[in-house]
Amino acid sequence: MVNIGVLALQGAVQEHLDSLQALPEVNAIPIKKAAELENIDGLILPGGESTTIGKLLNKYEITPVLIEKIHAGFPVWGTCAGMILLAKHIAGEEDAHLGVMDITVRRNAYGSQLDSFVAEIMLPVVNSAPIPLVFIRAPYVEQAANNVTVLAELSGHIIAVEQNNLLATSFHPELTKDISFHRYFVKKVKQAYYA
Amino acid sequence: MENRYELNKNLAQMLKGGVIMDVTNVEQAKIAETAGAVAVMALERVPADIRREGGVARMSDPKMIREIKETVSIPVMAKARIGHFVEAQILEGLGIDYVDESEVLTPADDLYHINKHNFKIPFVCGARNLGEALRRIGEGAAMIRTKGEAGTGNVVEAVRHMRTMSADMRRVKAAPKEELMSLAKEMNAPFDLIEYVWQHGKLPVVNFAAGGIATPADAALMMQLGCDGVFVGSGIFKSGDPAKRAKAIVEATTHFTDAKLLAKISEDLGEPMVGIEIDKIAPNERLAERGW
Repeated sequence: MVNIGVLALQGAVQEHLDSLQALPEVNAIPIKKAAELENIDGLILPGGESTTIGKLLNKYEITPVLIEKIHAGFPVWGTCAGMILLAKHIAGEEDAHLGVMDITVRRNAYGSQLDSFVAEIMLPVVNSAPIPLVFIRAPYVEQAANNVTVLAELSGHIIAVEQNNLLATSFHPELTKDISFHRYFVKKVKQAYYA
Repeated sequence: MENRYELNKNLAQMLKGGVIMDVTNVEQAKIAETAGAVAVMALERVPADIRREGGVARMSDPKMIREIKETVSIPVMAKARIGHFVEAQILEGLGIDYVDESEVLTPADDLYHINKHNFKIPFVCGARNLGEALRRIGEGAAMIRTKGEAGTGNVVEAVRHMRTMSADMRRVKAAPKEELMSLAKEMNAPFDLIEYVWQHGKLPVVNFAAGGIATPADAALMMQLGCDGVFVGSGIFKSGDPAKRAKAIVEATTHFTDAKLLAKISEDLGEPMVGIEIDKIAPNERLAERGW
């Protein structure tokens, strides 16, 4: 059994819990406090408002604990707002949140809600079938350092990246019925402990 | 268009567990964002002032909405009058993120709500019970909120509306299938949506609390009653220390079941807005009665 947490401060938490629960041998747990991080093998930072989640992370002193764990190899996957939380740089802003991933992200990179969209890509490392992508006021990666693996691009913009124990996606697999990205992350978590 | 409606429901999902705050200018919008609001509702007067000053309340000046949109990075919502589809078209033209077809403004049509399917922009609408929520969803609303009684600082109506909605849903869920058409008739709700509630035990869209929330405890109460998040209108900027109260309501909405933390969050927030008892409001001045 693998215990995967979903940061439950704000945002689409239940959707991630539901996707995780659809996988075999996964126990999905909502996480609100720093101490609860000790009960899990990996963490998902869900979509929501990055400014809101970032403030709550700081207020309840989860930020330093999580950063330390990430440096020690703890697997974390950020979707949309979660990608922004992980980034070392946010375009046009001075401060980052967790600042652990060597990427520069642009918030609301596609525009307002009227510019939200769906797409589909082939990504053989994750799924042999096409993966549906949902972008909601989504960010994308403007720059990724050499030590970051670009998993996926769409129309010239980087939308999925991986760096050691970290995974970040601009889009929301939890809003679709496709659980291949969740499976991919769970595999990553298992590898972090048994590799 | 099917994708668009899904995307619009999806944005509401991203707002869950968050607080949407009424703001009337750029300074307030900044305070709201800094406090951790997930979105702001741009409007010229908060409901408490609309209630006090009377007159026809309309869509806000697009300039003010535009300035707020340029100031904050979080989603911006704005209100259109019930049935005023041109106000909604203008708001869509401004490129904001959500339209609230709101009973807080003076209705522009006494028979029909906006046909929200005609729009690309998502709509949130108020409801007092399941039937009303499903009628709005049937018209294309991508998010629902309780009506409560806006501008009163009195949470009783929001509680009533949320409890009514939950009770209605329990009734639908428990009914044998052959009773669904009669329930649809009784609740004046579209049959397919009654069927959805029967199958899933919940609304097909996100449901927030609104109307009278003034304290962190009010926000946590609505969350414990099963809402997905809260709107705070007059409650923040009509209080003694808006920045502090806004932050406290955000934290209470996240940690809504942790009583010890709620006690700490609720400490020393300064004066709350002055509340109004519902039975002191003449029936024709009750905003929740607007819309149908």
